[in-house]
Amino acid sequence: MRLTEGAQGSRILAFGGYQPANVLTNEALAATVDTSDEWIRSRVGIESRRLAGPDETVTDMAVAAGGKALAASGLSAADIDLVIVATCTPEVMIPNTAASVATRLGITAPGAYDLNAACAGFCYALGTASDAVRAGSARNVLVIGAEKLSQWVDWTDRATCIIFADGAGAVVVGPVADGDPPGIGPVVWGSAGDMADKIAIPNRRSYMYQEGQAVFRWATTTMHPIAAQACERAGVAVSDLSAFVPHQANLRIIEAIARKLGVPRERLADDIVHSGNTSSASVPLALARMAERGDLKSGSPALLLGFGAGMCYAAQVITVP
Amino acid sequence: MTDQEILAGLGEIVEEIAGVPADEVTPNKSFVDDLDIDSLSMVEIAVAAQDKFGVEIPDDQLKDLTTVQDVVNFVTKNAGDPA
Repeated sequence: MRLTEGAQGSRILAFGGYQPANVLTNEALAATVDTSDEWIRSRVGIESRRLAGPDETVTDMAVAAGGKALAASGLSAADIDLVIVATCTPEVMIPNTAASVATRLGITAPGAYDLNAACAGFCYALGTASDAVRAGSARNVLVIGAEKLSQWVDWTDRATCIIFADGAGAVVVGPVADGDPPGIGPVVWGSAGDMADKIAIPNRRSYMYQEGQAVFRWATTTMHPIAAQACERAGVAVSDLSAFVPHQANLRIIEAIARKLGVPRERLADDIVHSGNTSSASVPLALARMAERGDLKSGSPALLLGFGAGMCYAAQVITVP
Repeated sequence: MTDQEILAGLGEIVEEIAGVPADEVTPNKSFVDDLDIDSLSMVEIAVAAQDKFGVEIPDDQLKDLTTVQDVVNFVTKNAGDPA
């Protein structure tokens, strides 16, 4: 037996994001449940969110975001040999999302799997994609985070319906040229299954549930050391980060993590304000939107951090393409 | 720690987290009704209090601490307990 030879390092080639057209404002929500624009802004920092239409599926959104990332990468469908879709809200349980997405994008016979690490899903998928490129089990990987949380939300529950939303984000991961530095740093990941009941959809007929205070305490006390460790393992100083893109859970949570980590507010991604919490889609969606606006500096280090149900978490430093 | 020391420390925490001037953090004030502090800020205050006083305030007990004096009493009662 012998092993394949992989790349010296991996990198992100391009981003792509997709948001449904339908905008739901706080005012519109306040007309249907007992809440207010002021209350929502002060508790979670969201002003509006996007929701998929009734016939728009997670697969559709994943295809849209994946197609954009693929086009922006300059690669063709034939160059992709692995597709990973991070999602905790697949359209159906069988078949998986990734194989259908690949076919619709014209990617023929790639490795294809879904990955569920909830809101940490994208950072988990990026870590495994990077490892696949380095191990030689894939040359180029399409990594997508896509969610339709709106179908798992009780729209009469004001504690959760103000937070969750729909969307998709994607990146293309490939090898670095020989001699170039790596573009995706070591992943720092883990989980806390003893707290798994704090965020859950307990059965297939129930809705998204979370213990807000417990999640808030967990995230604001345990995530900044994970983020710091990802920087340390990559050999990048926190002060050198051009951007910190955490899962867009709740503006107050991510502001607290940034403060404890020592990242200035202006370098913190705050896409949640207009996108809501889109679970595994939030990190790549924020990256795509920041790249579109010119808010990301090419060649600079950015820190990604996913965390959520499980309670799963993962962080890594990337070089902005 | 005396009650006065805990009160002063708590005032600093509340000022830093919620922007309420420390001298307004007096024993009979209600966090929610008088100081306009919400449940998430209470969690941040509890975490900061743990760092400062070495006393853990779990979420299930935090909900019963409605006034500044309640927190002072909780810290006094639990200070020195093995963590």
